Amino acid sequence: MTRQMTGAKMVVQALKDQGVDTVFGYPGGAVLPIYDEIFQQNDIRHILVRHEQGAVHAAEGYARSTGKVGVALVTSGPGATNAVTGLTDALLDSIPLVVLTGQVPTFMIGSDAFQEADTVGITRPCTKHNWLAKETDTLSETLHQAFHVARSGRPGPVLIDIPKDVQFASGTYTAPEKSDTSIYEPETKGDITAINELVEALEKAERPVFYTGGGVINSGPKASKLLRELVDATGIPITSTLMGLGAYPASGENWLGMLGMHGLYEANMAMHDCDLMINIGARFDDRITGLISAFSPGSTKVHIDIDPSSINKVIKADIPIVGDVESVLTDILKVWKARGRAVNREAIAKWQEQISDWRKVECLKYTQEGKTIKPQYALARLEALTKEHDRYITTEVGQHQMWAAQYLGFEDPNRWMTSGGLGTMGYGTPASIGVQVAHPDSLVINVAGEASWLMNMQEMGTAVQFRLPVKQFILNNERLGMVRQWQELLHGERYSHSWSEALPDFVKLAEAFGAKGIICSDPDDLDEAIMEMINYDGPVIFDCLVEKHENCFPMIPSGKPHNEMLLGEASTQGAIEAGGAVLV
Amino acid sequence: MAALKIKKGSTSHSAYNLRPNFSDEIETHTLAVLVDNEPGVLARVIGLFSGRGYNIESLTVAEVDHTGKLSRITIVTTGTPQVIEQIKAQLGRIVPVHDVHDLTVEGPAVERELALFKVTGSGDKRVEALRLADIFRANAVDSTLESFVFELTGAPEKIDAFAELMRPLGLVEVARTGVAALSRGAE
Ligand SMILES: Cc1cc2nc3c(=O)[nH]c(=O)nc-3n(C[C@H](O)[C@H](O)[C@H](O)COP(=O)(O)OP(=O)(O)OC[C@H]3O[C@@H](n4cnc5c(N)ncnc54)[C@H](O)[C@@H]3O)c2cc1C
Ligand SMILES: Cc1ncc(C[n+]2csc(CCOP(=O)(O)OP(=O)(O)O)c2C)c(N)n1
Repeated sequence: MTRQMTGAKMVVQALKDQGVDTVFGYPGGAVLPIYDEIFQQNDIRHILVRHEQGAVHAAEGYARSTGKVGVALVTSGPGATNAVTGLTDALLDSIPLVVLTGQVPTFMIGSDAFQEADTVGITRPCTKHNWLAKETDTLSETLHQAFHVARSGRPGPVLIDIPKDVQFASGTYTAPEKSDTSIYEPETKGDITAINELVEALEKAERPVFYTGGGVINSGPKASKLLRELVDATGIPITSTLMGLGAYPASGENWLGMLGMHGLYEANMAMHDCDLMINIGARFDDRITGLISAFSPGSTKVHIDIDPSSINKVIKADIPIVGDVESVLTDILKVWKARGRAVNREAIAKWQEQISDWRKVECLKYTQEGKTIKPQYALARLEALTKEHDRYITTEVGQHQMWAAQYLGFEDPNRWMTSGGLGTMGYGTPASIGVQVAHPDSLVINVAGEASWLMNMQEMGTAVQFRLPVKQFILNNERLGMVRQWQELLHGERYSHSWSEALPDFVKLAEAFGAKGIICSDPDDLDEAIMEMINYDGPVIFDCLVEKHENCFPMIPSGKPHNEMLLGEASTQGAIEAGGAVLV
Repeated sequence: MAALKIKKGSTSHSAYNLRPNFSDEIETHTLAVLVDNEPGVLARVIGLFSGRGYNIESLTVAEVDHTGKLSRITIVTTGTPQVIEQIKAQLGRIVPVHDVHDLTVEGPAVERELALFKVTGSGDKRVEALRLADIFRANAVDSTLESFVFELTGAPEKIDAFAELMRPLGLVEVARTGVAALSRGAE
């Protein structure tokens, strides 16, 4: 069925037809026709943020916690430029988003019109794809294509720039099923020869390890289920990147914990010493590989990824498999079962013993003594008091983010939202809002550092306005902790501009926003304060005053191999050489 | 998008060879990229090269299918085998890119470039320039009493060689189109 309508109405109709229920946005001159249409309907909920960066991060939180495409709507010029950080964040973390921007009318483009920016030009490198919609007649098809591109293959953010005259003009609406999506059809099924090769290697391996990542989450809940089945049936240990936490449960028998720069000793040692590494939906990020020439020197490497450009980008794959995790795992299980479910049980038992020895190092051990709260202790208590809840965690960026990854346990996918690739301070608060919008009755906690938290704190207004009971759990060390740690280890303890001075009184700040503020500095009061936060029916800012100079360990210094990990203060002397200092 | 449909069991003769032999040697490859001729598509391709630090030695682009609105971009690039593989995979990710062909590995290819040379001078040098142009089968497409403009088509090396010879004979300006290339044979 084709229908005539204005471009603005088309936008709303296309969102409805794509199953969108929520849009995060901020109005302005160039999107007023669309806002007018939003005003006249009730199917799509619009969440008014306080800054366009917040809209995009909120859409990211919504998307990551639901598996759906997140949608943001912003105006031209400054609205669009404010969205750039969020777009880049979503691109690096493979989060599916559709961002709609207003643009000056087509006949004024190029004239330096009021609030004109070359949005398509600016966002070309930070989107998976983008469009300038020049005609109302093709706008609806472009909208449907945008959703298709955002969620297919390796997901990512896309943007449509819609000039104001295109919004006003009338044209023909094309329904989703009539839209041409053949413009983008990535391969999802893995090469069966390579899958057979992998199964053969898996049957023989003596020291195998699964190294899983965000791709498992991207692939959907079924992929996590299949992964659990494969891991548990083979008894092969599994580690995950920061982005893949929750795909395999933290309480699972074969769980090694996170790997990488701040990963667990046992996970990194297993990666270094394994003879078969099966990478499922991870991209050999530099936080993982450390020194490339010394990365897992003795292993055969399998790499399963939907994006051919991820394969051989950093680490040469011996068995490359291009495909979707769910589809490839289905085939692996089929082949492995058909061939008799063999693994080298004896060797794997020995390998598990070796791993048990590494576990005995207890790399996450800390001591809570005295009257100052250790950040690790704060998170251990948060974990203990919230793990039975229907819980979602977001984070900011810094030491607190790494401690959250280390000390909180994730039992399910889509429960952990963090800015991994771009490392965007200011991500967590708006992301927690997006998550809470999608899961109104769940406990949503943003684990934050005070410096990161200040970067998008205006979004507390959004939380209060829309009655979103997000909990802002701030580990306040009055330092840009992660920066301070690097300065301590790499720059002779010269703490150049890495402290937070003139901090606000977070309790008063909460009250000023109309939220609840809680402050806690005594370890003995911590449990009660956390319970107060959980039980409060509304948004909370929790100012948790913690040890100021705590460092985050384990740590593989940049440019070092996995087996040269720093485990604690005693091991840091002269550990980082000049060569490592140039790396980030 | 066709480019992401990796041929199963790709061989070293495929543009999408997933099991390449990585060496540190710098190679020169000629890539033919078929794209939708839509606004911004060239910017996407060039932006990819500049953004990721790849080299462009030569680049030509024109619409080759007016009804299907397809353009062919021919890029000559250099890099280690690993970098060349990355470039192809990254190009394949661009939504309006239909196909990426690595003419250097897919079998023999014909490469041609057109160049214009302005040579000024008089006397012996002028005669010598004209004689060499004849040997190279370059055409004089403009002449005055003190100058020629020669037009020459050929492989890039031939263009380079001609330019070298013209330099001492009064070469003042060169314009080159960049390489256009097609695989040889019926395929
Ligand atoms: C301060 C800081 C410290 C950090 N320290 C660590 C650390 O110690 N350890 C750590 O792990 N990370 C760390 N990170 C995060 C790190 O920077 C990377 O973001 C992260 O390691 C990348 O995770 P990933 O490899 O799972 O890839 P992602 O970025 O999640 O990419 C997913 C991969 O899967 C593929 N994919 C997507 N969908 C599918 C599908 N359906 N099927 C198949 N494949 C698919 C994609 O093509 C891509 O290659 C840190 C970040 C910060 C900010
Ligand atoms: C937008 C942005 N600017 C700068 C940085 C660099 N950076 C990384 S961690 C960090 C300090 C974060 O401090 P805080 O939020 O207090 O967390 P902590 O490390 O103390 O837990 C900084 C400045 C960044 N990641 N993002």
